[in-house]
Amino acid sequence: MMQELRRKWKGWILVPAILLGLAIGLTVYVVNNPGGTMAARMLTYPSIFRYLREHVLMVLVSCLLAIGAGVPIGIMLTRPRFRSIGRVVENIVNVGQTIPSLAILALFFTFLGRGFNTAVFALWLYSILPILRNTYAGIMSIQPGIIEAAHGMGMTPLHVLGRIELPLAYPVIMAGVRTAVVINVGTATLATFIGAGGLGDLIVTGISVGRPIIIFTGAALSAILAILLDHILGQIEERLVGS
Amino acid sequence: MIKLENVTKIFPGSEIPAVDNLNMEINEGEVCVLVGPSGCGKTTTMKMINRIFEPTEGKIYVNGEDISKINPIKLRLGIGYVIQEIGLFPHLNIAENVATVPRELKWPANKINQRVDELLTVVGLDPKLHRNRKPSGLSGGQRQRVGVARAMAADPPIMLMDEPFGAVDPITRARLQNEFLRLQEQLKKTIVFVTHDIDEAIKMGDRIAAMREGKLVQYSDPNELLSSPADEFVANLVGRNRSIKRLHLIRAYEAVRSNVPFLEKGDSMESVREKIEDSELRAVLVVDDRQKLIGLVSADDIKKDRGAKVAGDLAQEIENYVTDDATLNDALSVMLNLGEGYVAVVDDGHKLKGTITLGDLLEVVKDDDARAAS
Ligand SMILES: Nc1ncnc2c1ncn2[C@@H]1O[C@H](COP(=O)(O)OP(=O)(O)OP(=O)(O)O)[C@@H](O)[C@H]1O
Ligand SMILES: [Mg+2]
Repeated sequence: MMQELRRKWKGWILVPAILLGLAIGLTVYVVNNPGGTMAARMLTYPSIFRYLREHVLMVLVSCLLAIGAGVPIGIMLTRPRFRSIGRVVENIVNVGQTIPSLAILALFFTFLGRGFNTAVFALWLYSILPILRNTYAGIMSIQPGIIEAAHGMGMTPLHVLGRIELPLAYPVIMAGVRTAVVINVGTATLATFIGAGGLGDLIVTGISVGRPIIIFTGAALSAILAILLDHILGQIEERLVGS
Repeated sequence: MIKLENVTKIFPGSEIPAVDNLNMEINEGEVCVLVGPSGCGKTTTMKMINRIFEPTEGKIYVNGEDISKINPIKLRLGIGYVIQEIGLFPHLNIAENVATVPRELKWPANKINQRVDELLTVVGLDPKLHRNRKPSGLSGGQRQRVGVARAMAADPPIMLMDEPFGAVDPITRARLQNEFLRLQEQLKKTIVFVTHDIDEAIKMGDRIAAMREGKLVQYSDPNELLSSPADEFVANLVGRNRSIKRLHLIRAYEAVRSNVPFLEKGDSMESVREKIEDSELRAVLVVDDRQKLIGLVSADDIKKDRGAKVAGDLAQEIENYVTDDATLNDALSVMLNLGEGYVAVVDDGHKLKGTITLGDLLEVVKDDDARAAS
């Protein structure tokens, strides 16, 4: 019981607090010690906060939409009727994942123009892949005897899905979501090239004006964000599985 | 109750039928055992009865109704199903596993809880201890019990059991089989039971369907299967020592000799000596005042302990006993394992019923050989 409590405290409070502390400490430090007027103009509290907000928003919106699309499509592909095309789709997805994210951004930029929406769309498309693939693989990897037992006892297909298949595939699906989120935090730094803002603005500006501290700020914040989101998702997963 | 009519199953992409023109009828309240070598189509036959597979040709009737016209969900809710690899849901605890069908039937929660406890008790698991465990926290034998409990949850008149006791050691298996038979005696369900173990088939079946390469070779009661196998294949399946196999068919209570001398624990030394003198084994069983078996007094024990006043002081606990629902084969293996020439027979309340000696078993086998020879 005590141990349980300690683990919860560590997972939900301590680790996030350390990560947040790190991010805040870093921000305060660079704002107060920009090392030059050029950097000082970029590194103010409101601007860093804005980059961060844009970044988080891009990642969250695209990932939520990706879950909304990837999980149902993944489920659908495991239904007996579509199983034959499931393998094919899985392969397409695997190939799709090898396309560089920058290429995808550039591609949609030419069709959809600049801005936040284009970036979200590209990120969405890119992060559907791991979620869809893991949903499919997670359900397909369930021991067939278990699912057959469920059907054989007279469970309706919907109950088999909701009570047996999804709970059993859940850890694998969550792993897909976590992969998607972490990749997206990184990929979203490229959104700056199509004018969608985010922490990428810091990195690219830093490069063009030759100020490493600006680059460092953008890179570090996006790394901390990736770790934090991954950690929180891990906590959510553990909580739902453990119950 | 269940009738298969010219049932054939050819899996897509396969040339040879997995089940080939099967005709059989399973009577209400009977255990029908499908037996045969691996791949002969036992599981396939069973799975057509709850429409997991659809027959390529032929018809199956349950209670006179053509099952291809019944909604599969409705059909299945009335048929208990114990699957070959047990198929317990690993993420659900034991209570939730057992509650699967009642939940589908939308029973109220308190009725489900009650039923779960009742069933766990029936299959010999303490509900308090096991309710909230996950399947991974149970032994193989316990999982098999949960599998059976889950199939019985909504009290279906028909049960399909695919090697339900396959994954456990022989001793646990014998115990599960005996418990199951005792239960079946009260419940009288119609059961299709799949096994590839001929000994299990003989022990469990009211009727045995011997299958080979998708075809039904012989369908008869165990006695007939043993005494007149239809062909070479069945004879080989049954094996050479058929008369020993017959020991599976006879229960201890049918063969027990109840007129054996025994002592009550309060009996005086005089009567102890007297009875031991009279007995062939030079030893006498001792029971308490409720007729429960305590142990054994032998001639040697009397010599060793001169201070004893009553039979109870001398009694040594024994291991060579069986319950009266055990088969003679079980009794034989106990004798062989412990190197004793007899077993004591007790009922499920541990009350002494009598003894069975190796000689008694030989009589049974000999009678049989004589009959087979004539
Ligand atoms: N889903 C399936 N698809 C294709 N072929 C199958 C399928 N299930 C079984 N078969 C084939 O049908 C034949 C009979 O299989 P079945 O499972 O009924 O055998 P069994 O008698 O139950 O064997 P075992 O004792 O090993 O369980 C086998 O040749 C098997 O390969
Ligand atoms: Mg089988």
